Amino acid sequence: MAESRAEVLAGTEWGGGVSPYGVGHKKLGMWLFILSDSLTFSALLVGYSYVRLASRDWPMPFHLWPSITMATVMTLFLLSSSLTMVMAVAASKRGDSRSVVRHIVFTMAGGLGFLVLHVNEWLDLIHEGVRLWQNPWGVPLFGATFFTLTGLHMVHVASGVVYLGYIAARVARNRFTHEDVEICGLYWHFVDLVWMFIFPLVYLLSVRMN
Amino acid sequence: MNTEAANAHREAGARLYVWVWVYLLAITALEVFLAYEQLFSTAGMLVILMLLSLVKAALIVAYFMHLRFEKASLVLSLIPAVVIVISLLAVFFPDSLRLLELRVP
Repeated sequence: MAESRAEVLAGTEWGGGVSPYGVGHKKLGMWLFILSDSLTFSALLVGYSYVRLASRDWPMPFHLWPSITMATVMTLFLLSSSLTMVMAVAASKRGDSRSVVRHIVFTMAGGLGFLVLHVNEWLDLIHEGVRLWQNPWGVPLFGATFFTLTGLHMVHVASGVVYLGYIAARVARNRFTHEDVEICGLYWHFVDLVWMFIFPLVYLLSVRMN
Repeated sequence: MNTEAANAHREAGARLYVWVWVYLLAITALEVFLAYEQLFSTAGMLVILMLLSLVKAALIVAYFMHLRFEKASLVLSLIPAVVIVISLLAVFFPDSLRLLELRVP
């Protein structure tokens, strides 16, 4: 036979000769990280939901103005930044590095806008007396769950903005691969994805109408 | 690929992403509207919001994160495991209702 059995096996998908998932190892690594981070946020969300279901007098402090409106604007910022990120990835696929940089900068702007509004909201709540261990309205755990959930998410957004800046700098110097931009995009969409759950579960379920 | 075909392909891709973005905005608007109108009880709102959030998550994962166009082996290795583990977390929710009953009224 022209090929030994080992060589035939090595050429098959599960023989290791061909990437079984069809993606590079870095991209697979990012997917696996996203998997684990999803579980972290799920655990926090389930923990918050559990504590909230088990409580009476859970604070519902978010007025339509400014809280819900601002949170909706923050959602729009993140969703739009995901769109610009997808455009950046498309641009990198066709090698248009100036378009890539432009779209990544727009993505960063969306992330920064989100962070500015969010920090502002945190300062307002802290000013009203909300702490990790107490608040003026009801169950003390409100502050703990709110600040932990949104705080961890903010850390992800902030590090995502830094990551985007790093990739943009590399693209501007033409020292990048399409895969680098794609992988950065995956992280950014994940950050947006988590907010898709935090926004309704934390804000929309705690609307104060009066 | 000649430039015309490449351009057409690129615009089709861009249009798809813009449409997904429009759907995401529309679902967000629906969620905010439902919260504003307070049409349902808290439990009802929870169910509806979770369902809508899952739809948004599916759109983002499938199109923005490109998973729809990846190999089936990758999708099958990633998604079912996460869904199962999160469902297992939900097993504890009846216990929260037990705690609620235990509280001093």
